[in-house]
Amino acid sequence: MTVKTATGAAAALPKAGGGSAGKSFWAWLNKRLPVDQFLATQVTEYYAPKNFNFWYYFGSLALVVLVLQLVTGIFLTMFYKPGEATAFDSVQFIMREVDFGWLIRYLHSSGASFFFIVVYLHMFRALLYGSYKPPRELLWLLGMLVYLALMAEAFMGYVLPWGNMSFWGAQVIINLFGTIPGIGPDLVLWIRGDYGIADATLNRLFSLHVAAVPLALLGLVALHLVALHEVGSNNPDGIEIKDKVGADGKPLDGIPFHPYYTVKDFVGVAVFLVLLAIVVFFVPNLGGLFLEAPNYEPANPVSTPADITPVWYFTPYYAMLRAVPDQRLGALLLLLGVLAFLFLPWLDRSPVKSMRYRGWMSRSALAIFVVSFVGLGYLGMQPALGIYVVIARILAALYFLFFLLMPFYTKLDPVKPVPERLVYHAH
Amino acid sequence: MRTRALLAAAVLAVAACAPARLPAAEEEGAKFGADWESWRADTNVSDLASVQRGARNFTSYCLGCHSLKYERWSRLGADLKIPGEVLEKDLLPPGAKATDYIQTHMPAADAETWFGKAPPDLSLMVRARGKDYVYQFLATFYVDPTRQTGVNNLRLPTTAMPDVLSELEGLKAAVFKAEAHPGGAAGSEQAFDHFEPLAPGRMSLAEYDGFVRDTVNFLDYVSEPTQLERRQLGVWVVLFLLLFTWLAWLVKREYWKDVH
Repeated sequence: MTVKTATGAAAALPKAGGGSAGKSFWAWLNKRLPVDQFLATQVTEYYAPKNFNFWYYFGSLALVVLVLQLVTGIFLTMFYKPGEATAFDSVQFIMREVDFGWLIRYLHSSGASFFFIVVYLHMFRALLYGSYKPPRELLWLLGMLVYLALMAEAFMGYVLPWGNMSFWGAQVIINLFGTIPGIGPDLVLWIRGDYGIADATLNRLFSLHVAAVPLALLGLVALHLVALHEVGSNNPDGIEIKDKVGADGKPLDGIPFHPYYTVKDFVGVAVFLVLLAIVVFFVPNLGGLFLEAPNYEPANPVSTPADITPVWYFTPYYAMLRAVPDQRLGALLLLLGVLAFLFLPWLDRSPVKSMRYRGWMSRSALAIFVVSFVGLGYLGMQPALGIYVVIARILAALYFLFFLLMPFYTKLDPVKPVPERLVYHAH
Repeated sequence: MRTRALLAAAVLAVAACAPARLPAAEEEGAKFGADWESWRADTNVSDLASVQRGARNFTSYCLGCHSLKYERWSRLGADLKIPGEVLEKDLLPPGAKATDYIQTHMPAADAETWFGKAPPDLSLMVRARGKDYVYQFLATFYVDPTRQTGVNNLRLPTTAMPDVLSELEGLKAAVFKAEAHPGGAAGSEQAFDHFEPLAPGRMSLAEYDGFVRDTVNFLDYVSEPTQLERRQLGVWVVLFLLLFTWLAWLVKREYWKDVH
């Protein structure tokens, strides 16, 4: 193989190691940086179960949205001006006067909601196929830390446009820290940096949103991936493919991640981008779900919006908070509602991982849990009045019973025999 | 003061014969019904002529008090396809440059003294409240002698805004009827029933309705000047991505033929 230089003449480069210039550079590089080794262990020779289904698209999609948010966020930061007097105007400047600023901003605002859609479906997949069970407890915990960091990131990002809902949302959320016994009021003052939600608050949330939390997110996502590739992916059958290896030491039911899952995930990414584009270009507010109308009015400390509701992805927890008459207990419930997921690996006593081989108890429990989570999400967007509060209490109880009773129903559950090998039908 | 006394007398006169609707009100049926909360602006921001008329309405009737501080005159001209000389001659206030933001000349401090609060900037009013809200606001002014401005509004009760469009629309009175408290509590409350025309304006009711819709349509445009470009570009982006999806799927199918 000869290499053509820019002038078109055949390259008269010294032959190193019998290869072309490209190859010799590659060899030079690999002696100094384990590129080949990394690609081999992480993609070309990382064996993934061959029976991944629909639910397995959301991991790679979460990574795609993360990159989308970082890139659009970098461009937004070039024009956004944190500060009480400048934030709202600078967002309008981006929307109106920066070339394609509206596109970057809608990609970022819709991207936030899509991030949560993807992550919730990714988490549901773990519940469905028992992906949090040993040996993947740490993988699950790291994933939950990503989720917590994401919630913090989304909340802070929501405050930045400094609309009236930004302001009052920040007021409600930061005041939750005030319910901590003893240190509460001082803690709130310290977080705000002022006696109310003010310039200092906005600036520190900006700093955390663009630097601290993204760094934490990237680190946690990296750890999540390292842990995943160490233990190997679970699959819809919940069978460890590493237990059945061929003569070459490779899993019989595994296929190299690249090219098989890279090309497959590309299809998932393409479909995802179609959905994202439909929202961004045609319904960026999505009827107030992705961008709320009151946030097009500037922050106003003397005018409370008729209903303070967080964006949809927080509403299940918000409904729990409001279901309890006592604010301190409500905040505690909210916290427990989020943290409950952390204990799943130790609450689940089922001998099988996948819902495919579990009995009616686990299946019903998961179904009830999904109904309670979605139901609470809906109620969190409604005014906390009358029958809504009653239903929210019932659903919150069901939500927690899913976790509290799990050691019992997973133990009593009549499970089915798990096959030796994966169930896979070529299409 | 004399005007207000006259208005008060007119309201009383109308209220006296309230149950019997005036024929004019009958003709307008829906416009005068108690269903004003369901009135829809029904505007289309891609109707350029309507948005242009709205821009004219805005500069003639709204700009005296309200700004569009995020929109430049030049941007308005470019988006609404108004030639530069027409923009300069017919729309730009004296002394303003085309690259200026659209600002009212009324000093905010004076406005606060006169109205009790500075008139809000309208750049984002439609996005914040919705176009139906703005439409209902402009359509439900009625004579109310108890108010300093002599008028009140159904959409925004006790609004500080005077009925500046009354010379076009004319004056109307609101007729209320007693309604039992919801939930069966004792007593009753006043519920809006219908409007009664008091004095005609320069426009017919239909013309005025068109005037308001054009103005709302213009404010819809101003609330997001890029929205037409957004939708037009979106069609191509989605078509491209669908093609890309199809190609990606073909590649996937080819590779996965090996997996058994």
